Amino acid sequence: MRQIAIYGKGGIGKSTTTQNTVAGLAYLGKKVMIVGCDPKADSTRLILHAKVQNTVMDLVREKGTVEDLELEDVMKIGYGNTKCVESGGPEPGVGCAGRGVITAINFLEENGAYTPDLDFVFYDVLGDVVCGGFAMPIREGKAEEIYIVCSGEMMAMYAANNIAKGILKYASSGKVRLAGLICNARKTDMEFELVTALAKKLGTQMIHFVPRDNQVQRAEMRRMTVIEYSPEHPQAQEYRTLAEKILNNKMLVIPTPLEMEELEDLLMEYGIMEAEDESVVGVAEAA
Amino acid sequence: MANLLGLEVKKVTETPPEEVERVQNWINSEEYKEKNFARQALVINPAHACQPLGAQLCAHGFEGTLPFVHGSQGCASYYRSTLNRHFREPAPAVSDSMTEDGAVFGGQNNLHEGLENAYALYKPKMIAVFTSCMPEVIGDDLTAFIKNAKQKAFVPKELPIPYANTPSFNGTHIHGYDSMLYSILHTLTEGKQIEGRCTGKLNLIAGCDFNTGDYREYKRILKEFGIPYTLLADIGDTFESPCDGTYNIYAGGTKLEDAADSINGKATIAIGPYATPKTFGWIKDTYSGKHVTMPMPMGIEKTDAFIMKIAELFGKDVPASLKNERGRAVDAMTDSQQYMHGKKFAVYGDPDYLMGYVSFLLEMGARPHHILCSRGSKKAEKELQALLDGSMYGTGCKIYMNKDLWHLRSLVVTDPVDAIIGDTHGKFAARDAKVPLFRFGFPIFDRVNKHRYPLIGYQGVVNMVTEICNKFIDIKDETCEDRFFEMMR
Repeated sequence: MRQIAIYGKGGIGKSTTTQNTVAGLAYLGKKVMIVGCDPKADSTRLILHAKVQNTVMDLVREKGTVEDLELEDVMKIGYGNTKCVESGGPEPGVGCAGRGVITAINFLEENGAYTPDLDFVFYDVLGDVVCGGFAMPIREGKAEEIYIVCSGEMMAMYAANNIAKGILKYASSGKVRLAGLICNARKTDMEFELVTALAKKLGTQMIHFVPRDNQVQRAEMRRMTVIEYSPEHPQAQEYRTLAEKILNNKMLVIPTPLEMEELEDLLMEYGIMEAEDESVVGVAEAA
Repeated sequence: MANLLGLEVKKVTETPPEEVERVQNWINSEEYKEKNFARQALVINPAHACQPLGAQLCAHGFEGTLPFVHGSQGCASYYRSTLNRHFREPAPAVSDSMTEDGAVFGGQNNLHEGLENAYALYKPKMIAVFTSCMPEVIGDDLTAFIKNAKQKAFVPKELPIPYANTPSFNGTHIHGYDSMLYSILHTLTEGKQIEGRCTGKLNLIAGCDFNTGDYREYKRILKEFGIPYTLLADIGDTFESPCDGTYNIYAGGTKLEDAADSINGKATIAIGPYATPKTFGWIKDTYSGKHVTMPMPMGIEKTDAFIMKIAELFGKDVPASLKNERGRAVDAMTDSQQYMHGKKFAVYGDPDYLMGYVSFLLEMGARPHHILCSRGSKKAEKELQALLDGSMYGTGCKIYMNKDLWHLRSLVVTDPVDAIIGDTHGKFAARDAKVPLFRFGFPIFDRVNKHRYPLIGYQGVVNMVTEICNKFIDIKDETCEDRFFEMMR
């Protein structure tokens, strides 16, 4: 069983990419479980064609204790026999979402969700590694393979680099490795080259460049993955290719994150950012 | 109002005495009991302690082992003081004292500094790490932290540092005990399994048992059999060390090399199927030899089963000395049977203890009328029900799962019993119900030396019969009319 965690900046398309990739793996006959680790709980809707899945934490809230919960209550089966679980969490602004992830994953472990017939477990994790709870999927014995979803936008690359820093911390004491960047293209300038260059600097690869295509949105309107909605569409082929690349990926590295300045240099090198003119910093327009 | 010195004191409450009396009567009523049992969101006086407490007890059961609390200092004080109030012995343990900054940045620095200091100061052979709530909520990764501590040479690489995640807000002391034991055995036995090797020994796990007398009794029984053994997590000497003017921070405990070699044992018995399911599940898959889990040997039937199992596993006859002991225990029961027969009891505690109490009471013809467990599974409930169904004295007895001692109070004031069996926390309910409380569980803060008297084995039967029956006779002597005050009882 290979366990994989997907990280990346908020709104970059982690959940969409994860579900389409998982659909690709399921299409290839692989048995997969998705564990959504995000209080928003939108990691499984395309696989399940559901608006929202009952999350572990929803049911805990209802029953008042995790002890009365049964695995069947929280695990749903979707496209290609993919098992789906959402950790869920508290409402925004209260409680501790990180502990929610820990509770949910412990629950899955204790109740035998990790069956030996699974080929893959995917953890789709909220935006950034913000606290210990959101690093639960990459603790020892869990995911050892991490993919970062990013694009050629400056903030997405900045986030990718930050996540690489988090991975480095874990990689030095455990088996967690960076397996690649997935570029979810935004059609920004020099995107392919820029993300390839960033990947190289991080010591990894850009495992796939997923072009932007509205077919993804059309499929999403029907709460489906492109692979299920239109298997013949070129975009579906892109995700199948990504799935195959992940299947055969052997390049697992301890990342070498960049300093802020190096990252800026990189952006300047590709003309995304202009060199700062220190003489005008802090000077108002009218001055 | 004036006190004994004639000084004016402020009234405790402005509530008129009639109102106080009304409420006092009301909480003893059937109506209040119904409201009490409808209560959902609140627990009052639960009959269990928290996970780290069990973890610490387990850690004390190994030679030269320093229990190490990763978390806040106040929590560590609670485990220590609970243990030393119960045993009236020191319970040396350290904490890495996480504070506000630890909560924000994670507790790795605390753990590293703590390990370094603890190792330098107390020279343990093993450090057993377990957690309080705070690091659990913020998601501290003990695996990585401890690995880093060794990599950065805060402690020597070869020092065994088992660790257990023991969030207090989850489970009870028995779960913490189980997790710690699992981790300790896992750590010590790693790479120690030798193909074809058999130590010829019995590994015995006593379960989360806070009675040092029980440990002594297990050892004595095995000695009578002449069977070599390793008693795992043996707190027998740790919390009952002789008072000889010296202080030994690491008194007693299972030898680490014996624990390591336990994986090559001839057989393993885990006492208490509810106490160590995680550890036993793992032992079943990894340990050499045979493995069985057995109920606590309390009462004749359960002790018989334990003795017969040992005889069976080792192909030995039951020694005459134990047969005689059994005979004496049965004699003690017969001699005093009339004082317990038909008496109603309320019992509460951990599932394994409850099985023992109920089994013993039924043997004496007593009725375990209210059986209450504050954290118990459906399986435990079924097993208790089966015990009740197996005896005519079990008719009408009821099991209350996942209820607390405030529920117990309602039960014993509305549907009275003759006595309660439990731990010190039940003394308020017992006082209100005006019945004696037999302190067999944990913790016992308000009586001395109770933990030295075994409850298991035939000796345990004699101890329980003696204590219970004599108390009933005392009550008779204290309360009977003069004309019934007799020499003979």
